[in-house]
Formats: sequence, structure tokens, C-alpha cells
Amino acid sequence: MKIAVLALQGAFAEHARALELLGAEAYEIRQLKDFTTQKWDGLVIPGGESTVMGKLLDDLGLSEPIADALRDGLPVLGTCAGLILLSKSILRHNQALADTVSQKEYYFPVLDATVQRNAYGRQLGSFQVVEKFRTTKGEVPIPMVFIRGPIIAEVGASVEILARVYDRVVAVRQGAVMATAFHPELTDNLTVHQEFIANIKQHHQVNK
Amino acid sequence: MSVRYELNKDLARMLKGGVIMDVSTPEQAEIAQNAGAAAVMALERIPADIRAVGGVSRMSDPKMIKGIQKAVSIPVMAKVRIGHIAEAQILEALEIDYIDESEVLTPADDIYHINKRKFNVPFVCGAKDLGEALRRIQEGASMIRTKGEPGTGDVVQAVRHLRKIWRQIKQLQNLDGDELFDEGKRLGVDFELVEAVAKSGRLPIVNFAAGGVATPADAALMMQLGAEGVFVGSGIFKSGDPAKRAQAIVKAVTNYNDAKILADLSYDLGEAMVGINEDEINLLMAARGE
Repeated sequence: MKIAVLALQGAFAEHARALELLGAEAYEIRQLKDFTTQKWDGLVIPGGESTVMGKLLDDLGLSEPIADALRDGLPVLGTCAGLILLSKSILRHNQALADTVSQKEYYFPVLDATVQRNAYGRQLGSFQVVEKFRTTKGEVPIPMVFIRGPIIAEVGASVEILARVYDRVVAVRQGAVMATAFHPELTDNLTVHQEFIANIKQHHQVNK
Repeated sequence: MSVRYELNKDLARMLKGGVIMDVSTPEQAEIAQNAGAAAVMALERIPADIRAVGGVSRMSDPKMIKGIQKAVSIPVMAKVRIGHIAEAQILEALEIDYIDESEVLTPADDIYHINKRKFNVPFVCGAKDLGEALRRIQEGASMIRTKGEPGTGDVVQAVRHLRKIWRQIKQLQNLDGDELFDEGKRLGVDFELVEAVAKSGRLPIVNFAAGGVATPADAALMMQLGAEGVFVGSGIFKSGDPAKRAQAIVKAVTNYNDAKILADLSYDLGEAMVGINEDEINLLMAARGE
């Protein structure tokens, strides 16, 4: 199984490591030709700074081919910044910010969700909890690390909620799209990556 | 180690592969963010100006820091003087995302660094060699950067510091158990820390390059030498076309191994900061704080 890991900025190496521990092949995507020269089974958009990744996606010409692939149903896992890049709508942390900061309202609008950046505040608001995560085999408690994390403020009817923390939605699935507000790549627990690989397999069976 | 320390090391991991830019105003912060900065360092005077102006250089005014926090969504860092506990407490009260205990400012304590374990906010500290890096880590730093020689536009010291850290790590890996105890004593850090570095062959926290980076090629050089990201201080806003140069450096850090992309990025960037050679300067900031 070949999985493309967007490696423009952020914690992409940690994702590649987790995927390789599960027997998948992970490839770093740093420029257009890295993405277009192979056929992918899945894509990971890692944690990092969403504004940086969004900018580099545009400048390196990666936005369109990735958007096309996602529209064609390429299974994807987005964590933290990755969740923001996949969502249909991005709320601002505060209105004053919206007035001064020229930021995009969405990048790849494939997840029917509205997210809010830095929803827990600055780094002092970063935290870790153990909470239930819904897998295909039932709910399991996993460690969840939130680093200046976003929250999923609203989801559409076709979005399945996989986890909640303090009554807020923090993990979702909509068909081939999986996304978390936390960072599964920063812990040794591989549950989320296992589910992603299961989602890829299921997706390919459905399409056959 | 505490959960808070883990979270602070994790924020540094989110910055990897990114560029952290010095900014002095909310407008500059916005230019930096739009150019793709992973974080900004808010300070009243960038190192090149500190050199030019002279005098005592201190933590920035909270008003200026707040203004920058309001202007951008990326993390905001700010500097305190080495050993200045109260300045650090003030920045923590401002909910800064990262404190840089920095040799760029005038040191407040010529013996002790801040006990960073007492704080909830993360600290990044400069290092010229492995011993300095490990002593800062032992004090609670959750990110390291090379000291380089700030405000010069001369990359030679950053190269020297980064190469030295790697060389010393390799030397550490050749020592046996008995020798590691002694090396720990020599470096002034616990055996466990020295042992962990010898085993993993790397620092236990994220390490960026800083000091004198002025061009996309400089940034790519530091990445090829094993830096995990780059701080650019005076290099951007002391150059002819800051927005263009900032974007080019961001892209150079992502594709640091692709010479063709680097050539395109370096094309027609306008004037680089003039720079001063290391042997022309009177004040060696890197010598502050061992």
C-alpha cells in the first residue's frame, strides 16, 4: 500500500513512521512531481501550520492535482492543520483577526465541516487527554494530543463523529475522508492510522 | 517528564520544516505569515539594528507583542534576556507561544540561565556546541537553535555551531558506558541525558538553525547540514524585497535538496542585507551565556 505524506512543513516524519510500522509504504511529497509520478492508495495531510502548507500547496502547484484526486475519492487522513485544509469552512478565532488577516476561507473543501483555528487559545491551552475513539470494531480509549488545536464547530448530516472531547467534536469520517483535531502521530498509539488503512481498504473494495 | 514539557516539545515538532521570522510590527508579522512563516519572533529591534544602535537591549514592550499576537494566527515568540526570570514571567502572563532566552539581548545574569522547568510556556535556547545544548535542555528548554552570529548576514558561525553539535554527537556515540559518565560530568549534565543522545544519535528535542541566514541558499545549506528548520532574523526585513525573499526562504526550506528549485528561488531576489563579516564585528553575541 502506497501512501503519500504531504511533507511541505510540520510533523510529516511522525506520520510516515506510524504508517511504516503498520506495513504501509510512505512517500514524502515536497513538490508537484513527487505527487504526480505515482498512483496513490491514500494521502496524509499532517499537523503543522495550515497557513504555511496552504501557501506552499498553491505556490508549488500542488493544490489542483490534490484537489482533483480528493474529488475522485482518494482516501485521506488530515490531522490538526490537515483537518483545517480539508474542511469546507474555516471560522476565525476572533473577529478582529478576520479583519486584519487575509486568510483563505477554505483549501480542499471535501469535508462537510466548519472548523475553528486555535480554538483552545495559545500554547498554554494545549493539552492531552485519553478519550474514546470510534473504530470499526467499537470504541477504544486513545491518547489525544492537542497542540494549539482547532475544533470542529459544525458537521453536515453525512459526517460520522468518531470522537468528542469536552463535548466538542474532535474526529470525523465522511466516506474516504478522515480527520482529527488532535495529533495521533505524536503518540505511540497507532489506532487512528490503523483505522485510516482500514478505510483505504474498504474504499478500494467498494470501488472495485 | 511532565505532560506540559511533552506538549511544549510537541509544538516545536509542529514547527519543523518551517521558517521563523523576526518581526517588529503587526504589518511585518502579516507579511511574514502571508509569505509562509511557521511562526514569528516579536522584537522591537532586529539584531542588525541592535548592533547598530548599541546600548542595553531588553524584552520588547508588551503592547508591541500584543499587537502582533492579534495580527496573526501562527505562533508568536518573543525574547527575554539570559537569566531574566521576571521578563520570562511577564511573557508567560502574555500567553506567548514560545520564549527565546536569547543572547541577542543583553544578558541579565552572567552565571545562571532561567530555570525553565518552573514555567508552563516553552523555551527555545541558543547553543554553540553539544554541551550548551544539553545544559539548556537540562534546564528545561524544549527547543534548541544554533546561536550563529545574529544580525551579521554571515552564516559561518551557524554552520560552525551546527557541524560541531553533530560532530560531538558522533564522538559521544563512540564512548563506552564508563566514558559516558565522565563525559556527562565534563559537559555538566546528567548521565541519562548524555546516554539518551549517544543511543539515538540526535538531540532529544527539535533543533533549528539561527544566526546569519540571509538567502534561500543559506537556508538550504543549514537544512542539508541537519537543521530541522530555520530562524531568519535581520535577513528578511533588512533586504530589498522582504516579502519575496521571505517566500523564497520558506520554499527553500521545504525543497532544500532540489538545486533546480533553489536556482529558481534565488533568481532576481533584489538586494540581500549588506552584512558584516564575523571578523569585522566588535560584539560577539554568541559568546554570551555558556
